[in-house]
Amino acid sequence: MARVEIKIGGFGGQGVILSGYIVGRAASIYDNKHSTMIQAFGPEARGSACSAQVIVSAEPIAYPYIVSPEIMIVMSQEAYTKFTPELASGGVLITEEELVQPHNLRKDVKHFSIPATRFAEELGKKLVVNIVMMGFLTAVTNVVGKKAMGQAVLASVPKGTEELNVKAFEKGYEYGVEVMAGGVPA
Amino acid sequence: MKADPKGVLTGSHFLDGDHSCSEGAIAAGCRFVAGYPITPSTEVVERIASRFPYVGGMFIQMEDEIASSIAIQGAVWGGKKAMTVTSGPGFSLMMEHIGLAAMTETPCVFVDVQRAGPSTGLPTQPAQGDMMQARWGSHGDYGIIALSPNSPQECFDLTIKAFNLSEQYRVPVMFMMDECVGHMTERVVIPPADQIEIVPRKFYEGPKADYLPYKTNGDLVPMMVKAGDGYNIHVTGLTHDERGYPSMTVPTQEKLIPRLVNKIKHNAPKIVEYVEDQVDGAEVVVVTFGITSRTSIPAIEQARKEGMKVGHLRLVVVWPFPEERIRELASRVRAFVVPELNLGQMVLEVERCVAGKARVELVGHPGGTVHNPKDIYNVIKKSAKG
Repeated sequence: MARVEIKIGGFGGQGVILSGYIVGRAASIYDNKHSTMIQAFGPEARGSACSAQVIVSAEPIAYPYIVSPEIMIVMSQEAYTKFTPELASGGVLITEEELVQPHNLRKDVKHFSIPATRFAEELGKKLVVNIVMMGFLTAVTNVVGKKAMGQAVLASVPKGTEELNVKAFEKGYEYGVEVMAGGVPA
Repeated sequence: MKADPKGVLTGSHFLDGDHSCSEGAIAAGCRFVAGYPITPSTEVVERIASRFPYVGGMFIQMEDEIASSIAIQGAVWGGKKAMTVTSGPGFSLMMEHIGLAAMTETPCVFVDVQRAGPSTGLPTQPAQGDMMQARWGSHGDYGIIALSPNSPQECFDLTIKAFNLSEQYRVPVMFMMDECVGHMTERVVIPPADQIEIVPRKFYEGPKADYLPYKTNGDLVPMMVKAGDGYNIHVTGLTHDERGYPSMTVPTQEKLIPRLVNKIKHNAPKIVEYVEDQVDGAEVVVVTFGITSRTSIPAIEQARKEGMKVGHLRLVVVWPFPEERIRELASRVRAFVVPELNLGQMVLEVERCVAGKARVELVGHPGGTVHNPKDIYNVIKKSAKG
């Protein structure tokens, strides 16, 4: 597997950084790959724009920053506007369906969307929106195996919340499988 | 001696460089940290503060960096292994006490997670602009050791090495990270405690009446005792005799200061550490350290693909500088290329050792981000053509 660059953008409080951490942890600890995560450091607080950059590769990673991401998850309109021009041609764009209006959607990328916040709310806690997104990412891309992602989610969430997070992960994954099978218009 | 298992989080972790440095310090036996948190080094002390209660350590958030850099030295004379953690602006404030640690031969570790300067500069962006300051920042003549990690794994491994070297030679050791390595998260494998080698402090155990704190036995490094154990000790920044008492005379100065310099200079062949890749037979050698070692790799690989003979020499220990090796290579290679996240610091050492026998090209960068590998590639290409 060649170097795959992933960018996750949203606003502070959505678990953007934790999402990047989970993908990297899944790849490097549970999937026998290499991974480097860089956080966009700024005076980020809840509600302002933030992003995580993750590289996953079968080979050791030299250059640590992403150059042209092949996979992008955007969870806010601001992140959509700001980041989507960086997405590589032929790349995968995943958007939060109810938070992002894909204006002037690029024709050269594969677009998937999921109402992850609504699903999280239906499960009882909006906070697990990022974990729903992780399930969806796992289903629509093959960047990290499902088992590894599941293990990384379990290892990364607070004690006592495992059951809720596993449900959130499964919900996102199942929706992704459905979308891939053509059951849901993307 | 092996590490105390109580402080060792054996296993595979997904950690950033700052947190990994903290784990390395704890594994090395560090049980006292004083610091004044500053970006991008804050996560080091955050983790220390949360982990120390479980391993019997003490963390103090001090009023400033000057106080931090002296508090650790008090702890060391009380028998602890200690470090302080900062970034450029704080490192500048610590210079006086780095000199004191060198003069009093107090083993301790100074972590500098470098950000772009000068002054407050760019708090959340990387640079490697403190490399000369690490070596020469305090006044007078002295020797120190500096290491430069390029990954979170090395932040763990080399922090242990930093403590070991500080104990072995009784010098302050500078741990020269940068924002990119500090805030980069990767897999870090922490081995079992019984696979981690720890250099214990050399304590004097002879008769109390005979102890002379600054008397050496041939190896240039005197033995310590713990303050409060009943030995007569005196620790001062003034020029001192074997008893540690001020003796402000030329003969005392002539005896003490060359020893402070020579304990590093004479042991340099044992201390230097570098990693070479295809250096033998190379026409161009790229000399790197820390994060530039990683941003140079795509450039080196591209040049090799195009048939250029490019070697890579990465400094792991930056100070003392591997003078002998660079001199040896200078007579065989066409050029040295030195990328660094500053406008020309370690390149001066390369130039000094090359002494005109080959071309030396700096790929400077004022910091704020890392090099674009293309910029390094262009200089390699130009140098390969001669």
